[in-house]
Amino acid sequence: MLLKRIAPQLIALAALILLVTLVYPDFLDISFRDGRLVGPVIDVLKRGAPVALLAVGMTLVIATRGIDLSVGTVMAICGAVAAWAIASGWGLAPALLLALAAGAAAGLWNGLLVAVVGIQPFVATLILMTMGRGIAQLITEGRILTFNHPGFAFFGSGTVLGLPVPAWLWLLTGVGVALLMRRSALGMLIEATGINRRASALAGVNATVLLIAVYMASGLCAALAGIVVTADIRGADANNAGLWLELDAILAVVIGGNSLLGGRFSILAALLGALIIQTIDTGILLAGFPSEYNLVIKAALVLVILVLQSPRIAAEWRIWRESQRASREALAERSRT
Amino acid sequence: MLLSIRSLTKTFPGTLALDGVDFDLAAGEVHALLGENGAGKSTLIKCLTGAYHRDGGTVALDGAQIAPRSTVEAQELGIGTVYQEVNLLPNLTVAQNLMFGREPRRFGLIDTRAMRAEAREMLRQYGLELDVDRDLGNYSVAIQQIIAIARAVALSGKVLILDEPTASLDAREVEMVFDVVRGLRERGLGIVFVSHFLDQVFELTDRVTVLRNGRKIVTERTADLDRMGLIEHMLGRALENEVEQQSAEGADTTHPDLLHFNGVGRRGVIEPFDLTIGQGEVVGLAGLLGSGRTESAELMFGIRPAQTGSIRDDKGPLDLKNPRAAIAAGFGFAPEDRKTDGIVADLSIRENIVLGLQARRGWARPIPRAEQNRLAEDYIKRLDIRTSGREKPVGDLSGGNQQKVVLARWLAMNPRFLILDEPTRGIDVGAHAEILRLIHDLTDAGMSVLVISSEIEELVAASDRVIVLRDRRHVAELSGSRVVPDTIMRAIAGGGAKGGEAA
Repeated sequence: MLLKRIAPQLIALAALILLVTLVYPDFLDISFRDGRLVGPVIDVLKRGAPVALLAVGMTLVIATRGIDLSVGTVMAICGAVAAWAIASGWGLAPALLLALAAGAAAGLWNGLLVAVVGIQPFVATLILMTMGRGIAQLITEGRILTFNHPGFAFFGSGTVLGLPVPAWLWLLTGVGVALLMRRSALGMLIEATGINRRASALAGVNATVLLIAVYMASGLCAALAGIVVTADIRGADANNAGLWLELDAILAVVIGGNSLLGGRFSILAALLGALIIQTIDTGILLAGFPSEYNLVIKAALVLVILVLQSPRIAAEWRIWRESQRASREALAERSRT
Repeated sequence: MLLSIRSLTKTFPGTLALDGVDFDLAAGEVHALLGENGAGKSTLIKCLTGAYHRDGGTVALDGAQIAPRSTVEAQELGIGTVYQEVNLLPNLTVAQNLMFGREPRRFGLIDTRAMRAEAREMLRQYGLELDVDRDLGNYSVAIQQIIAIARAVALSGKVLILDEPTASLDAREVEMVFDVVRGLRERGLGIVFVSHFLDQVFELTDRVTVLRNGRKIVTERTADLDRMGLIEHMLGRALENEVEQQSAEGADTTHPDLLHFNGVGRRGVIEPFDLTIGQGEVVGLAGLLGSGRTESAELMFGIRPAQTGSIRDDKGPLDLKNPRAAIAAGFGFAPEDRKTDGIVADLSIRENIVLGLQARRGWARPIPRAEQNRLAEDYIKRLDIRTSGREKPVGDLSGGNQQKVVLARWLAMNPRFLILDEPTRGIDVGAHAEILRLIHDLTDAGMSVLVISSEIEELVAASDRVIVLRDRRHVAELSGSRVVPDTIMRAIAGGGAKGGEAA
């Protein structure tokens, strides 16, 4: 069941890795140095962390037939909050908690606009998307807020059991949330709300609270991503942190085969989608194309993946195969008689 | 023959939807296509309109073989369709809807004046004088339905398929649509008429074809059939009594009071009303469309909060501020429009059935999968839901089976008070009788049921007591021997009615 669901993403990722290996043969090389694994693949796992984290929350939001355009900005806000707390000497735990609280608050704001006020998600989250960078700039007072705190930097560049901490963060978040969704009834209730909010509410599903919770989850994921990015560069850049990442996150969810019309979702597939995007990014870099080609090549590859996944193409392919089989069988029939 | 279908076959994974069906349609006839849910009516129609591609058989229109691959192609060939849910754009004007896709042009731009004139001329043929510049949504469903017919005829012009066109119309509106259909018959169109209302079939159609389980059972002149025979063809078994005659003593048994609605009302929606529901009692709500039947139910289930009045049971007052509060109080509500308010189309039958139960338990206590499977299998069997499996998306089921799934969702929660809004709309006769029987079983077990229905016969068969509504007011309460069609009709019509005023 599960394997069948994520098969297209696995195949796409495998094909992509093959392609990258062709132009950069050392892509799959992994070595163990100074207690950490090193290699392009590990780099993909680490660099892909922000988009992968965002994709977890985004998957849930999209499953409710919504969208969260504000996550890139929320990353900047939470990064700024964390950096400010560290720089002001609050210590590690308060800084992390403050950043997460900022993410949750941003999600609460989005959720209230969508679920209670009834603004369309695209517009509701657009408000925070455009306004949020201003908030982040106010916190950093318009400059890049740097700090020197090894404990906090650990979340960006540390290593646990050989793997970079950012990779652990998205792996644990992704698997944890996926398990929570499928082991509890949340997954089904979210899907039901996304497919038919009115019918679900009439059946007693508390759709309003569920929607708010989903946007808060997205805010929390954005906070984690913001912490990773800020810790990695040891500074909060209100202008550039998380810039355009909301679009990569949406793309990851879509590459993961989740419909923007809501309903059935797979967090695992969305994570694979994030890995696919990062593999493309890293692969283009490693292959040594001039940087002005990067976005064009990325767009072309994403297009190919999405076209191959489209249900219409799949249906045509199935019909073609069935007709092939039918004609073969007819031929065999005739030769027998 | 205008249209002649020979041994039409269509298979879906796991089911043979159409099994060598023959069907003939002459020019200038109205031909009823009947059958239970899942008999293959929709599949047959979709094969004609190009929505499905047939697997076998031939279709000839005016003697020429056709195989439409899309609705557009079917229209160009001459086959137009009008569905139960009007398939037009309510926020465009009448004229735009009529001329959509073939607007008259001048210098490359749409010539609105010519468009309006043409639209007006089209409607005049149907005896309609409308302001074609108003948005379609401003007009009643009946008018919209006629506009849909006008558009379909203008686009295609040989064969008109009417798929339950009258399901959401009241009696007068049905007559309006029928006049239009008769006019088209005289103009020489071949009309396929799909309906669950047998009265309408006898009133309107020239011939009848009955399908059952994907096979053609019979084609006969309508005049040669009687009601009983027709139902036997559809069900494939002799039905002892079409609607089980409720034993007369039913009305005399007393029901201990369960719920009291006192002065419950909401301005602009429904006048304050008093209603007492007895335990194990079936209360019917009768009235024309728009008389406030559904609105009453919505107040009783907390979908729209009441502005006045109070609700209480024997333990004390109930605050029904939203559906969840009502569910917590042991209420259930199977809505009229099951597509938008009832089913969650992409979820499986199993998930749809357990949805309400799960919502009440809360997200943190998931119903074990084995228990879900057992519940689903149990209700699939008990309500005879026709499906190839419990994991099938509900959206793939026929209308009647969707309704049964919604019913199953509520039965699984075992409410003490269940509101059924038009439980048999769009459902075939067999399922019809089944649902009436089910209501009896439920009330025997102590559940109280409120039934809203446009079909008076059905209300009479099901209810211990009938409340009649008119113009958003509860105007009469009939019980005992007064629960007969004649009295109800007179109360609905109002004026000189013998039925007493509201209690």
